[in-house]
Amino acid sequence: MNLMVCTGTGCVSNGAFQIIDALKKELIRHNLEREIQIITTGCNGFCANGPIVVVQPDDIFYQMLTVKDIPFLVEEHFLKGRPVKNLMYTPGGDQTPVPKMHDIGFFKKQRLIALANRGIINPEEIDEYIARDGYTALRKVLADMTPDTIIDEIKRSGLRGRGGGGFPTGIKWEVCKKAHGDEKYIICNADEGDPGAFMDRSIVESDPHSVLEGMIIGARAIGAKNGFIYIRNEYPLALRRINRALEQARDYGLIGENIFGTDFCFDVKVNRGAGAFVCGEETALIRSLEGKHPQPRVKPPFPAISGYDGKPTNINNVETWANIPRIINHGADWFSSIGTESSKGTKVFSLVGKVNNTGLVEVPMGITLREIIFDIGGGIKDNKAFKAVQTGGPSGGCIPEDLLDMPVDYESLTKAGCIMGSGGMIVMDEDTCMVEVARYFLSFTQDESCGKCTFCRIGTKRMLEILERITQGNGEEGDIELLETLAKNIIQGSLCALGKTAPNPVLTTIKYFRHEYEAHIREKTCPAKQCKSLITYKIREDKCIGCGLCRKNCPTQAISGEKKQVHAIDQNLCIKCGVCYDSCRFDAIEVQ
Amino acid sequence: MKLKPEDLDKISQRMKATTILREGAGSAKITVHMGTCGIAAGARDILSAFLKSIEESKADDIILTTSGCAGLCSREPMATIELRGKPPVKYVDLTKEKVERIFKEHVQGGEVVAEYALAIGSERVS
Repeated sequence: MNLMVCTGTGCVSNGAFQIIDALKKELIRHNLEREIQIITTGCNGFCANGPIVVVQPDDIFYQMLTVKDIPFLVEEHFLKGRPVKNLMYTPGGDQTPVPKMHDIGFFKKQRLIALANRGIINPEEIDEYIARDGYTALRKVLADMTPDTIIDEIKRSGLRGRGGGGFPTGIKWEVCKKAHGDEKYIICNADEGDPGAFMDRSIVESDPHSVLEGMIIGARAIGAKNGFIYIRNEYPLALRRINRALEQARDYGLIGENIFGTDFCFDVKVNRGAGAFVCGEETALIRSLEGKHPQPRVKPPFPAISGYDGKPTNINNVETWANIPRIINHGADWFSSIGTESSKGTKVFSLVGKVNNTGLVEVPMGITLREIIFDIGGGIKDNKAFKAVQTGGPSGGCIPEDLLDMPVDYESLTKAGCIMGSGGMIVMDEDTCMVEVARYFLSFTQDESCGKCTFCRIGTKRMLEILERITQGNGEEGDIELLETLAKNIIQGSLCALGKTAPNPVLTTIKYFRHEYEAHIREKTCPAKQCKSLITYKIREDKCIGCGLCRKNCPTQAISGEKKQVHAIDQNLCIKCGVCYDSCRFDAIEVQ
Repeated sequence: MKLKPEDLDKISQRMKATTILREGAGSAKITVHMGTCGIAAGARDILSAFLKSIEESKADDIILTTSGCAGLCSREPMATIELRGKPPVKYVDLTKEKVERIFKEHVQGGEVVAEYALAIGSERVS
């Protein structure tokens, strides 16, 4: 039996290593250490329910384990053969636990290409990757393909950049290959910075060799000898695993001089990014690699013509690279049979926010948002109503319920005013104020603006001030129109995608939730009851029984009242923290 | 060690034995029911008999695993054999000799050993 213990960052912070120690101890106690192996794997994607242990070959899925559960689990399941039901996944309340991993809705609708090895291999062992056909694509490329046939294969597959732009990967490679220059470079962009996004981190953590193999194949195609992986320093586990992967690949002669005994040479360096959002933009990233201040520059010339050190440089995102070996192995026709007319293959999304199953999902292009949120995500938390889903991180837009049946592909999302982005997907429920959401995302991009373009630097600041005014109840007639004008100018007047997309959250919330803006401005109310300046907490006389719980919990002593008498809130002292609302057991606190 | 192209297959072959189990994709899956009742009736010997047969056959795509009591404690030791694409077959009152025959005829040959079998299929689960 194999115990696949997820050691992605999510599960590790939930105590996966303590679980492993406890498992080892118990297995030894029962003399089972020879029959049962513990395998550490990368992220399963079901991060909300970690730590996770999958028992193979039976495919039994245990979740939210604690060290205390382990002695019982080992004795019951591994010694006596009785799977422990109450540690398995339960789909909402009273239904029976679902033991088989592939019967769980969260996993059932997914199709894995970039994440094909997640939860199956030990990412720190190159041999396990090789056992799953690892590096056979590289072998095929070196033995049977020329740079031109590689590029042709990638072009025919229809693969488009997974970092957000969606530019056809094969064409990018072709331009770089044809560019003049004695030296060329390959870069893997692992500078993932969107709030709530962790696709790239997870791919590097669970299958670093797939990214590396993709890069080596890319290098072969365009004729590069050196490559960089630009990865966030805030991703320590991913860093460790990619470094270990490089070490092992170098040992095996898969990077370095004379790969597979041929005359092809390619080496890779890891470069740590310091967490500036703008470094995800390719020209800024390249400047950062060169040791300069990271600011985007005018394109063209594109990096494919003049990139790192002025040499032709091909830069792709982690997920794009991870797709390459599978395309080479399974063929362009296989890949292009998945997805829609213009968007082929799959896309990895980090599904977060107010859904029941948060985590990392890989789905075929063309799946609807509804399927992702309700079938895979298991619907909205606490049975609340769905309000909007935000795709593409802070540069994306908010999509309302009536567009939920829209297929997920590059074109449809752009048409709705959103972007695919790198794949963040934040679900919001009825309690979310859309003006506040727009304000939050704009405050992020405003903060991360590098300051080069005036419109992005100052324009977003003005927009942010207006939004702050609206949420504080000081909005004026004409504010919405002013926001729209500013947004239009910022989009036009900014060089890079950061500025060009920063107004997206504001524009889409105005487009789909204009009434919320109007309520804030005209009636000075917040329909979602979230904006603190626009709400008051009151105690309902008919429901308050005078238990005193709210009085005890109030941090500012704003609540007074005798025992068994109706209490009251002093509005001058109230800071609207909502503690009274949460602590009342009789629904006697209302928000107005 | 620098790899030559053909080394990939060697590594892959060597690793198969450990990874095939996880993929659950073997040609046959043998489940020995090892609840308390099964163990008391000698399921551990049945398990090692299957293990021995698999090793002797040098097959690398047969999954041998254990699970709990199948519910029919009086007929233990029991085992369930699933060939890919076929419904599972439950065998009862197993002995080492029966195991040898079942392995040869059913697991390798694809023919159910009817006289040892209890039933084909499984209970409906909820």
